[in-house]
Amino acid sequence: MDELIRKGRTWKYGDNVDTDQIYPSKYMDIHEPAEAAKHLMEGVDLQFALEVRKGDFLVTGRNFGLGSIRGGIHLAFEHLKLGGIIAESFSRGFFRNCISEGIPVLECSEVCAKVDTGDLIEVNFSNGEIINHTKNEIIKGKKLPDFIIEKIISGGSIPLVKKIFASDLKGRRENG
Amino acid sequence: MNELKKKGMTIAQKILALKSGKRRVEAGEFVEANADLTITNDTSGHLLVRTFRQAGIPRIWDSEKFVVCLDHLVPANNPQTASNHNLIRQFVQEQNIKHFFDINEGIHLHVTVEKGLVRPGMLIPGNDSHCTMFGALGAFGTGISIPETVELLATGKLWFKVPSTMKIDLFGSLSQMVTPKDIILEVIGRLKADGAMYKAVEFSGDAVKTINMDGRLTLCNMAVEMGAKTGIVEPDETTMDYLKGRTDQQFHIVKNDPDAVYERIESIDLSTLEPKVSLPHRVDNVVSVNEVKGVKINQAFIGSCTNGLFSDLKIAAQILQGRRIGASVRLIVNPASKEVYLKTLNEGVLEILIESGAVICNPGCGACIGATKGVLGEGEVCISSANRNFRGRMGSDEAKVFLASPATVAASAVTGEITDPRGFV
Ligand code: SF4
Repeated sequence: MDELIRKGRTWKYGDNVDTDQIYPSKYMDIHEPAEAAKHLMEGVDLQFALEVRKGDFLVTGRNFGLGSIRGGIHLAFEHLKLGGIIAESFSRGFFRNCISEGIPVLECSEVCAKVDTGDLIEVNFSNGEIINHTKNEIIKGKKLPDFIIEKIISGGSIPLVKKIFASDLKGRRENG
Repeated sequence: MNELKKKGMTIAQKILALKSGKRRVEAGEFVEANADLTITNDTSGHLLVRTFRQAGIPRIWDSEKFVVCLDHLVPANNPQTASNHNLIRQFVQEQNIKHFFDINEGIHLHVTVEKGLVRPGMLIPGNDSHCTMFGALGAFGTGISIPETVELLATGKLWFKVPSTMKIDLFGSLSQMVTPKDIILEVIGRLKADGAMYKAVEFSGDAVKTINMDGRLTLCNMAVEMGAKTGIVEPDETTMDYLKGRTDQQFHIVKNDPDAVYERIESIDLSTLEPKVSLPHRVDNVVSVNEVKGVKINQAFIGSCTNGLFSDLKIAAQILQGRRIGASVRLIVNPASKEVYLKTLNEGVLEILIESGAVICNPGCGACIGATKGVLGEGEVCISSANRNFRGRMGSDEAKVFLASPATVAASAVTGEITDPRGFV
């Protein structure tokens, strides 16, 4: 299996950041990824959407993403191509969403104590290790099962489904 | 070691074992399980349809196992919503989806329950976090994302981590004007917003037998507000009575093994329970009503998938009968479904509410989602029977939402300030 390693800058937030803060309900109509991305984290930090760059990490406290299953969040992520999200803990629904969208996630109880906004970090999701290059420190998160890492690497649910149907079609053609 | 392994299973374990073709599964184990049903609504549905098409799936796995219901922004509030609705209608036709409910039916979760589509022993991963409420009928319901719903629609199965189960043991009996909503607020206040994370939460004990289906739906609905993967009530006579006349399909009742293993047991004496209120902007910020009584309100809301049911509107009517709401208060009432709408209409409940000064909205999510009706302005205060009071949830970021039972909401609507409903008996 390939290793899943990403490197990027961080944006740090607190505990219990809910989905109404991550993506307010008034934008539920939006279906353009670029448009959705303009509102990500709007309830916590207006600067985020303006300044976030491809490959950046979100670092948060406990229970990140509690609340709704809000589709706009997945559109926004699709557009922004974040490096990943590291939280002290995640809400279950949000955690699953990320995996299904191919967004690397890692739980690490020490992350808020040891990482600050703007730090440059390198995360090996395959073994759960975080290197904080800014602070010259290594911290350990909770390693995910290999099949989940594979799922994230392959891009989550949609590429998987595409693959199934592409081979289905091929099979049908070959069988005449 | 082996002895331990042979311990009994909880309902949540048993359903996942059954659906993954295994004799037994342990908490923490990963399984691939076949779903019995999945659901979506209008606000997720339009994104779901777009994603489904991009994925190039020709047909959904089973056109009888997908419930599509337009409920959040109904009737359409702007041209974008209108075309989103049309996109969904077109998809329903193309895919020949059997269980489609247009804007007149109500909240998708309730419509699914009322139409007899949720039955004991089923596994229902659906595109809404409050799918936990299907556990009120002894099913395993849980929220999944849009890409996962697409994967499920394509293949009929998904991976799951088998949750451990936490038991909420309810005993004693509720005082008048204290309701199942107060029970679940008390539980969330104790366990906190992440207190049941990844776990199945089972409501049991002698007192559960006395709680009707509406109340059980309220309990399981809000299990997700403490992080639970699902809420569960073991099927009993109340379950069977509820299903009578709603379905002629066979189902398999799954019960706990007598020696099932629970990760934690939390006991609650209902006799001493007081009406509860959760303070802005966190659901787990729970106090007794008397600690906040007197807080002035601008709006009172009775509705949502948590408390828009017949029992909820009825208890509000008991308080509002012969009374009028405060001069400076708006009372917004949103029956959860057409069935509730008709029943409250026929039994005179709506008349009492209307006479008291309430605005009755069409069945659906309404003010709960803060996008179409009953949106709060800057600096306003609302007491709501819904399930979430996050900042900005019902409109302005500068508004405040207190969560309480329909009885507390109705009593507060009368006085114009947060009020203990027990004074209205
Ligand atoms: S009533 Fe509120 S919480 Fe329930 S499904 Fe509708 S928007 Fe979501």
